[in-house]
Amino acid sequence: MPRLTLTINNRSVSARRGESILSAARRSGSDIPTLCNLGGLIPAGACRVCLVEVAGYPRPVPACATRAEQGMVVTTDTERLTAARRMIVELLLAERNHSCAVCVMNRHCQLQDLAARLGIDHVRFAFISPQAGVDISHARFGIDHNRCILCRRCVRVCDEIEGAHTWDVDGRGAASRIICDLAQPWGTSTTCTGCGKCVQACPTGALFEKDAPTQKATIDMERLSEWRRSRK
Amino acid sequence: MNIHAPHREDDRYRALERVMQQQRRRPDSLIEILHAAQRQFGWLDREVLGLIAARLRLPPSLVYGVAGFYHAFRLEPPGRHRCTVCTGTSCHLKGGSRLLQRLERHLGIPCGAATPDGSLTLENVRCLGACGLAPLVMLDGEACPHASFEPLVERLATRRDGGDTSP
Repeated sequence: MPRLTLTINNRSVSARRGESILSAARRSGSDIPTLCNLGGLIPAGACRVCLVEVAGYPRPVPACATRAEQGMVVTTDTERLTAARRMIVELLLAERNHSCAVCVMNRHCQLQDLAARLGIDHVRFAFISPQAGVDISHARFGIDHNRCILCRRCVRVCDEIEGAHTWDVDGRGAASRIICDLAQPWGTSTTCTGCGKCVQACPTGALFEKDAPTQKATIDMERLSEWRRSRK
Repeated sequence: MNIHAPHREDDRYRALERVMQQQRRRPDSLIEILHAAQRQFGWLDREVLGLIAARLRLPPSLVYGVAGFYHAFRLEPPGRHRCTVCTGTSCHLKGGSRLLQRLERHLGIPCGAATPDGSLTLENVRCLGACGLAPLVMLDGEACPHASFEPLVERLATRRDGGDTSP
């Protein structure tokens, strides 16, 4: 296994060739915040919360989707990065309707945790307040688009691990919506296996289980994806 | 929806099947197939998208997502009449964009949509290349140079009510 050495926050870190900056940083004890990253899934670089500075690069890069390279000098915690992360989370909060007090995932939500960690107590931007809609046509699960941050973890887990590809994204930008099959109610899906991995993968209360305290992240996606790959 | 009951009697479906055959049903020919389907039907309904997904062995949500991502594809039936407002640089400066906003409010639909009665689609285009006629509006392919709101609304009304002669 060829190894390389890079510097993260003035610490020398050894990494495997092909490993992401994110996982090397985590091993060295630098905690980079993430939202769309989920172990076992192909990185999407969709949320930009894990931006880090690399010496010699003109602009920050996503740690989840950037490979560690020999001699890289990475900083994960500058004022510029903190400001960028704050702005991203504030924009996410302004884009949909995140009402923590009435959410099934209140106090178990990665968006809420991140906002707290960044000390966000108000949002500088005008709220769009879209009528994003809720779909509770599925027998066991529901999706509330008002709480969706478009991280695509559900899309990726359904495609890469379950293999059903029930979810995808329709539209563009802030008007994007997670769709099921031909943009039809989840309960009428012809591809959904009802496995619940998307609910497990969702970082917010957008995907939830009905009549049950939604248990998230109880499936080890990393191990599942390893098993899947080992059979290929 | 039963995709295994091919619409043998419908020429449009036959033409679409032919194009898919020519592309050997390659998943990466999806965009070309979507264009072919829209040429045949004028827009992409769920039935056609479902058929394409099944034929190309692609997940339905992926096919719908691609169709929804590109502005070239319509997921709603177009109105019987088309009102296209130019919002290119010259037309914008001459009030084309403001005209479009007023039309949106007047018709109660966003740009790109059709009126609920299906009589009119309102769209915009970046530049029609006739900047001397700014602001330019096209009604069913017919130019209305130096367009202004009131006369345009009148023309739209006559077209939508009685003069349903064009497609």
